[in-house]
Amino acid sequence: MIALTENDKKEYKNIWVVAEQLQGEIQLVTHELIGAARPLADARKSQVFVVVTGSKMAEKAETLFAYGADKVIVVDDERLLDFNDEMEAKILGRLIVKYKPEVVICGATTRGRALIPRVAVSTNCGLTADCTELGIDPENGDLLQTRPAFGGNIMATIRCSNHRPQMSTVRPRVMKAPEPDKSRKGEIIIENVISSDTDNIKKVLEVFHNLENTVNLADAQIIVSGGRGMKGPQGFALLKQLADKVGGAVGASRAAVDAGWIAYAHQVGQTGQTVQTKVYIACGISGQIQHLVGMQSSDMIIAIDKNPDTPMMQIADIAVVGDLFEIIPELIKEIPKL
Amino acid sequence: MKIVVCIKQVPATTDAKIDPETKRIVREGIQAILNPFDTYAVEEAVKLRNQFGGEVITLCMGPPKAEVSLRESISVGADKGILLSDRAFGGSDTWATSYALAKAIEKIGDVDLVLCGKQAIDGDTAQVGPGIAAHLDYMQATYVMAVDQVTDDSITVKRMHEDGYDICEMKLPAVLTVVKGINIPRVPTLKGRLASEKEEIPVWKPDDIGADISKIGLDGSPTRVVKTNPPPARHTSSKKIEGSPELCAKELFRELRLRSIL
Ligand SMILES: Cc1cc2nc3c(=O)[nH]c(=O)nc-3n(C[C@H](O)[C@H](O)[C@H](O)COP(=O)(O)OP(=O)(O)OC[C@H]3O[C@@H](n4cnc5c(N)ncnc54)[C@H](O)[C@@H]3O)c2cc1C
Ligand SMILES: Nc1ncnc2c1ncn2[C@@H]1O[C@H](COP(=O)(O)O)[C@@H](O)[C@H]1O
Repeated sequence: MIALTENDKKEYKNIWVVAEQLQGEIQLVTHELIGAARPLADARKSQVFVVVTGSKMAEKAETLFAYGADKVIVVDDERLLDFNDEMEAKILGRLIVKYKPEVVICGATTRGRALIPRVAVSTNCGLTADCTELGIDPENGDLLQTRPAFGGNIMATIRCSNHRPQMSTVRPRVMKAPEPDKSRKGEIIIENVISSDTDNIKKVLEVFHNLENTVNLADAQIIVSGGRGMKGPQGFALLKQLADKVGGAVGASRAAVDAGWIAYAHQVGQTGQTVQTKVYIACGISGQIQHLVGMQSSDMIIAIDKNPDTPMMQIADIAVVGDLFEIIPELIKEIPKL
Repeated sequence: MKIVVCIKQVPATTDAKIDPETKRIVREGIQAILNPFDTYAVEEAVKLRNQFGGEVITLCMGPPKAEVSLRESISVGADKGILLSDRAFGGSDTWATSYALAKAIEKIGDVDLVLCGKQAIDGDTAQVGPGIAAHLDYMQATYVMAVDQVTDDSITVKRMHEDGYDICEMKLPAVLTVVKGINIPRVPTLKGRLASEKEEIPVWKPDDIGADISKIGLDGSPTRVVKTNPPPARHTSSKKIEGSPELCAKELFRELRLRSIL
């Protein structure tokens, strides 16, 4: 790979955020990323750009200035309504060559993680996945990207000194979305799709979202999670009641998923999802390392188990010792209706 | 269909160690397993081959001992395995890894479909699959939870998202990365195991795949790990609640109230 010289590097300027939209709605992760980009741009005395690709997004794009964007590049095409990785990657690649940003960040969502590696390859840049912390060297603009590896057992800091732009995906719900300041203004730049962007794109035939039975563990503030201790599907029906009462989502250990009590989409851990919620309530989950790596960075962990000596009970902020089939119904009764 | 499955050998999680010099994961002398997500990719490939005919080739870049993982894939139905192994590949980040794998896929030739796992459990990046697709300019679908339809020149799949899923149709050749729910991997039969032990595993070097040496290994990797730390320790102000179920529930509710959670 051809490394850039210090002089070439000087041509790259500004911090870019790749916005995420779903059926025309800007997603919360975009606000979080703008919040993370702002101090980086300030340290470099440069600007925060947001790139919005989608269909009829111009009006929504205006709302981003309030969160700290200086300029918003809008690429509008009806074929961009659905998630089309190839087309979006081509557009982003072209914009990067044209504008030369110093840093490009994108949400580490299923869509972001599909899109950005394509852009990184086509623009010859390094890419750091799933960052939880970003810092910048104010002098030379090197991005210090910190990310968990080995399912959270190790934190690694990664630099990409010889290439520009520097790219990373950032975990959703780690950075705080700034309070919007409606008085902030900025500039909208309209860019058009060119024909090569639309060559060879996939057809998105159907989209199902916000289905009742989909599990958005990444967004949940509270996760009520069950393991082998739930004994069967009825156990999970009980957990669902609790989750509904506290406005949370239901998670599960692999043992429960493998037993067929609940769908894989609920699985937390090394071979499931990694979550970082405000409150994780583990019910009948012993806390084997493969499970812990998927949830141990939650703000608060509550464990309910009849065995006080499990690893989960050891790391829990609150460990409730007892039979969960007796405790959970009592807890549901205790919580007032919202 | 000619299907290539990219499989990675990864250290078992609990043994994670980091080389203080290179800051990369130490792979020597540590128990290694086939990346769990890749077992689903292998199974899906074997199922597709059984249905549509063709061939399943597993491809792994790693140290010589990664051969074991290729044999494991043969024992559950892959037709052959290829190992990319050479000092020059060492230290590759996802850019360089996807480049090397893409070059090997080109060398294999006439490939219809490339399957990868959702992510590898050591790096957790999920970048290599889309990276391969970008190097080869193939279409891609990530987080695939079902293959709905296959024709001579297209494939239709369900992609999982945080908020649901979508169904998309792509032209072949394409790259898919698969999630765990897509199938239940078969366990090897004794016959399969024996067959896998006899199989010749070719080892390819950078020259064999026409790889530009400046694009692989540490030199070909734009990213540098500059520091590794243990994660911030959990400050457990552990509180234990015991007693009758009613008491436990009341006390837990009070704690949640105190912390303004409920
Ligand atoms: C490669 C690999 C990847 C893996 N990936 C994952 C992963 O992604 N996610 C994951 O979760 N696991 C994963 N595992 C599996 C993991 O090692 C454990 O087997 C699994 O997490 C155990 O699930 P569990 O805690 O529900 O079950 P158990 O370990 O059986 O724990 C059940 C708990 O319930 C308690 N209990 C039972 N009855 C009651 C009751 N009436 N009231 C109160 N408490 C009760 C018991 O005391 C016990 O503590 C993986 C394993 C491997 C090898
Ligand atoms: N060294 C490798 N050899 C073969 N396949 C790999 C290698 N590294 C990654 N892969 C494939 O790419 C997927 C994603 O890996 P990663 O991007 O490292 O999370 C894995 O599930 C494998 O299918």
